[in-house]
Amino acid sequence: MNAHSESIALMHKYLDGDLNKTEEQKLQGHLEDCEDCQAHLRELKRTITLLQSAEHIKAPANFTDKVMNNLPKEKKRMIYKRWVKSHPFIVAAAVFFIFMLGGMFTDWNQDSQLVVSKQENLIIQGDTVIVPEGVVVEGDLLVKNGNLIIEGVIDGDVTIVNGELIESTSLDGEGLMASVGEINGELQTVNRMFDWLWYQIKSFFSGVFSTD
Amino acid sequence: MDQIIRDKIKQVKKGDQAAFSDVVEYYQHKIYQHCYRMLGNAHEAEDMAQEAFIRAYVNIDSFDDGRKFSTWLYRIATNLTIDRIRKRKPDFFLDAEIKGTEGLDMYSQLASTYISPSDKVEGIELQRYIHHEISELPPKYRSIIILRYIEEFSLQEISEILDIPLGTVKTRIHRGREALRKRLRHV
Ligand SMILES: [Zn+2]
Repeated sequence: MNAHSESIALMHKYLDGDLNKTEEQKLQGHLEDCEDCQAHLRELKRTITLLQSAEHIKAPANFTDKVMNNLPKEKKRMIYKRWVKSHPFIVAAAVFFIFMLGGMFTDWNQDSQLVVSKQENLIIQGDTVIVPEGVVVEGDLLVKNGNLIIEGVIDGDVTIVNGELIESTSLDGEGLMASVGEINGELQTVNRMFDWLWYQIKSFFSGVFSTD
Repeated sequence: MDQIIRDKIKQVKKGDQAAFSDVVEYYQHKIYQHCYRMLGNAHEAEDMAQEAFIRAYVNIDSFDDGRKFSTWLYRIATNLTIDRIRKRKPDFFLDAEIKGTEGLDMYSQLASTYISPSDKVEGIELQRYIHHEISELPPKYRSIIILRYIEEFSLQEISEILDIPLGTVKTRIHRGREALRKRLRHV
């Protein structure tokens, strides 16, 4: 390798930032004496400047849309996921109905036993629940698959599912007698499947939107 | 920005196609320009840049999250353009009319792409000349020169993009610079 080609090799190392001190001095020394190599380095630097001055080119309009339209179809799972994300309310309602349908048949068909939400101080005779006189039920009362006789007081809402409120006590054989009990809340009687469903929906949403 | 792209890629990997549009939006100009400089004409450049993004999407699962996405994307684009150059018919030449742009050769199309009317004539001529000289380089030098001086990657990054040793990158960039020096010395 002659002095010029060695010097040119060093120029390229210099342009890549790879020169060590010794090499730098060697290149310096040669350039001071060699006009050809000075010109060579100048031309290299100018070439780089020209390249760097090349203007930046932009992609044509609608480039992104074109790419997106040509992608293979995305997995269904994700479309569903994203739809869920942008329609939270509809999805909540739909999911609720699905659960409801499942739950409803279980509740309605398989469960025909008497259910009472609280039993303290209540009398249960067969399929009839009695709130005796003088008894105060604090809070809501739910009776399912049975009737309710209120002689005492219920301090809350009453829901009777698949049964009814017996307004008079005819069980003791003393004939019709006005019920003396009272409900300090709302009474709901739910006797059909869709009433039951509606009841569930209402309680679901009042749960969802309650502020406390 | 790197972090945003990283997150988008994660979403794409999970199957969220829409997240990919942000990735395309962000890289479209860089990748298009790379293809344009590699191929020398707008028509092929758009085809290959489109293809690069589609391939990136299809193969997204093979992208290693620990690496830089841009490096990976540039590699796809570079390989596609080099393949395209190899497959060109021998009669392909730069002044050929480009499909759909009757009457415009590559040079006038280039001018309309990125030079505003207020530019001096010498400026336009010079830009065309530089572009032409780049596209005359052998592809293996061309890709390195473009990545280094137009897209401003470091030599180490170029070695990763092209998946060739750093020493080879240096040898090629020296030769590329010498070739261009000879072509541009009289400008
Ligand atoms: Zn010399």
